[in-house]
Amino acid sequence: MADEKRADEKRVIVVGGGLAGLAATIRIAEAGMPVDLFSMVPVKRSHSVCAQGGINACNEVARQQGYSEYQHFDETLIGGDFLNDQHPVLEMTNWAPKIIDLLDRMGVPFNRSNEGFRDLRLFGGSLFKRTHFSGATTGQQLLYALDEQTRRFAAEGKVNKKEFWEFLWPIVEGAGENARCVGIVAQDMRTMQIQSFRADAVVMATGGCGLVFGKSTNSVICTGGAASRCYQAGAWYGNAEMIQVHPTAIPGADKCRLMSESARGEGGRVWVPAKKGDTRKPRDIPENERYYILEERYPKYGNLVPRDIATREIFDVCVNEGMGINGTNQVYLDLTHMDPDYLTEKLGGILDIYEKFVGDDPRFTPMRIFPAVHYSMGGLWTTYTPGEYQPDSPISGFKPGDPIPVGNEPGMGMEVGAHNNAMTNITGLYAFGEVNFAYHGATRLGANALLSCIFDGLCNGVSVVNFVREGGHQPVFELDQAVFDAATKQEQDKHDKLLDSTSSGTGDRKLNPYQIAFELGEEMNAASTVVKTGPRLEKCLSKLDELKERYSKVELGDGAMWTNQSLSFTRAVGDMIIIGEAIAKAGLLREESRGSHYRTDFPERNDDKFWKASVAKFNKDSGKSDIEFVDVKAGLVKLRPRDYGKTESNAAPAQKEPVGAS
Amino acid sequence: MSEAEAYAYDAEMRKANRAKAVAGRSVIFKIKRCDGPNKPSRWESFKVPIEEGANVISSLNWIAANPVTVDGKKTTPVVWESSCLEEVCGACTMLINGRVRQSCSCLINEYAPREGDVMTLEPMSKFPVIRDLWVDRARLFHNLTRIKAWVPIDGTYNMGPGPKESHDHQQMRYALSECMSCGCCLDACPQFTKQEDESKWDSSFIGAHAISQARYFNEHDTGKQLKADRMDALSGAGGINDCGNAQNCVKVCPKGIPLTESIGAIGRSATIHAIKQFFQGKK
Repeated sequence: MADEKRADEKRVIVVGGGLAGLAATIRIAEAGMPVDLFSMVPVKRSHSVCAQGGINACNEVARQQGYSEYQHFDETLIGGDFLNDQHPVLEMTNWAPKIIDLLDRMGVPFNRSNEGFRDLRLFGGSLFKRTHFSGATTGQQLLYALDEQTRRFAAEGKVNKKEFWEFLWPIVEGAGENARCVGIVAQDMRTMQIQSFRADAVVMATGGCGLVFGKSTNSVICTGGAASRCYQAGAWYGNAEMIQVHPTAIPGADKCRLMSESARGEGGRVWVPAKKGDTRKPRDIPENERYYILEERYPKYGNLVPRDIATREIFDVCVNEGMGINGTNQVYLDLTHMDPDYLTEKLGGILDIYEKFVGDDPRFTPMRIFPAVHYSMGGLWTTYTPGEYQPDSPISGFKPGDPIPVGNEPGMGMEVGAHNNAMTNITGLYAFGEVNFAYHGATRLGANALLSCIFDGLCNGVSVVNFVREGGHQPVFELDQAVFDAATKQEQDKHDKLLDSTSSGTGDRKLNPYQIAFELGEEMNAASTVVKTGPRLEKCLSKLDELKERYSKVELGDGAMWTNQSLSFTRAVGDMIIIGEAIAKAGLLREESRGSHYRTDFPERNDDKFWKASVAKFNKDSGKSDIEFVDVKAGLVKLRPRDYGKTESNAAPAQKEPVGAS
Repeated sequence: MSEAEAYAYDAEMRKANRAKAVAGRSVIFKIKRCDGPNKPSRWESFKVPIEEGANVISSLNWIAANPVTVDGKKTTPVVWESSCLEEVCGACTMLINGRVRQSCSCLINEYAPREGDVMTLEPMSKFPVIRDLWVDRARLFHNLTRIKAWVPIDGTYNMGPGPKESHDHQQMRYALSECMSCGCCLDACPQFTKQEDESKWDSSFIGAHAISQARYFNEHDTGKQLKADRMDALSGAGGINDCGNAQNCVKVCPKGIPLTESIGAIGRSATIHAIKQFFQGKK
């Protein structure tokens, strides 16, 4: 076996082959450290391919108009309603233009201006064009560029790709402050072989947990299972309750697909039949029998209200008032009053997606949309070492044109290469990308996700290398095999127990894993997304108890010892319930409204009590979450009211045309 | 359905089917199943209620939760590969009614509009089956290594922007860059045959997928530094000369990538490459 051949070498494991995992792999391999890269899918098929809109970075044009990396930093904090860790965000936005340059060198086909420079588009949360893009498939193009560089390292023998391997458990030695991650247990999804792998550091880059909510905009692999397993092994989970719900997605029988905000920017109108239960076809319903939700509720901004408001109102009309189309949770997003040729020119790409998946041409039939879970701002809790910029007092109310308080050279926000950057509370276990809770606070700005993923890999990949080389820990290849054998056995036993449940099947539908997952998704969607209340979240927690109880007796539908996908899914369902509990409980305890977290019983932001990150710790005795609130790592920018709506409305006329969704 | 008929099952017919789709119907899914490599395959049929907006994925999900055949026999959930479900990752490719395509974008209304209509699902034909509809496409990714499908950058340190590029040239490259390595072009190609012996991959026909990717990298200012290596790989056994010009590849490409243009461009490059080699005394 490859890893035994090199048993006297320090090495790193990266779990996950999306943007964060591949950027980390490239950086670590480039530094001469061997990498074992684990992924449940060929890395080229990771969820990062779904990102559409673009990637934010200060650029020379915007700079000459008064923009700066610092303002990008400031925007990201306001967007996140000040729940972000401030230092890593500053470092990220300072690196952003250099990251774009690197991607450009790797051959990403960024759209070009007439003169051949990289083209830019406007995006939510900014008055400046700061979003770089590659058609409507920016995530795909970035992922491919990193995939290609990884393939090059693999061809040179520096990266050992283990695709179709599922991460099962982090191997942790010691406890409490001395806990150290020394490898992982993983399973070959084809042969079903379970095996331990040693590593001097492990990078989790496993993305979000959309499947906890049933249908979301996420890929089917985004169960949050890997993060949940680390959590159950003792890693803390931060801001679990912060889940972004995108206002306009295409509800599908299998998943929800994103419909870009630009449809509304071009004149799209959101409506439902004014009469509840009106079953006529949309074009048969006359103008005066339509209820234009956003235009009537927000006469000033109409369909162009900010994202979180649009999401909440659409949800309210369907769920609370039961006025969705034919009683379903759907509203019309209507473009049919507009010239079809104009629509084709401006919105062709996204209209084609709608037509392909729904079968209707939105130029002639109103689209049916509903908000959908899109992104997890929360994730594994991580720490870092602050950089050189440490102002005497935090800056308040920065505006374009103000003197920029800090330079854009590396090391201002975070100390580059510090061993603990993006490290969880378990020594040697890192979290990069969406699974890292640090960057996006209570709401992520569009086109910042791709940036945070690649930044984590490139910047904090250096930390991983330094930690392994200089951390002073005993090399993992010297550790006693017993530790690894015990970990393998633990996972093999869990696996065998699940497999055994096939034969003992009672056929009770309540014990069917797909049924349990379905009910989990329904419950989490209803209780813990757009609008939350204390009583509803308490009810959700009881439902999760019930699901957990049923899951303890789950019956597998496939006893095969070869390529058993049902087993993999069923195992993840148990882990999803645990993450779901952390999400709901943190949401219950956060008695305020902040960013994506909206509590009707506590509608205001409460900085005195809750300008804090929720930190969930798994209680092994109760099998549940213990939640603490700890101060947000701030000190660079002073709290101020979140005027995202106000910014958006001021920018409306110029901004709407190119706003895309990511 | 014959191959010719399958190809004729085009957008117009699907649109017509959509218009006459019956609500509340059930559709029969006839699925070719196989428990693993070197195991015999068998057909199983399932009667699936079709909800609004149903596609092949949602139907397979329904079967997973209700794994009972039309004969009332309890069976196992069907195994297949999937990820994004938005036709950008390439994972869920299979043969549907004999034609290779992604199953996520395959709407039941377009294929089986009436009660009791039958849809057949089979694994891709040119790759070894792992189980049921899941095939091993490692060869496809290996072929990307064969043609050095990357831009040889110096490293990841900050060294300023990449080469400048014209608007039109970017548009040309973007069309090629949308390739998601799904393998439709390979499955439909008469020259690309199943090859389970890994040692023969480097001498077997590489197919339109990697040929078009070679062109993509040759068209980048830094990427073209490896053009000679790529053309070596594409000039030898299993290279561009094995293309039989059937043009099936371009017909089945879900992303509309101009694969035959790429084959033509690489063919011309190969001729020039051969002449250069001749004058350099290499051949």
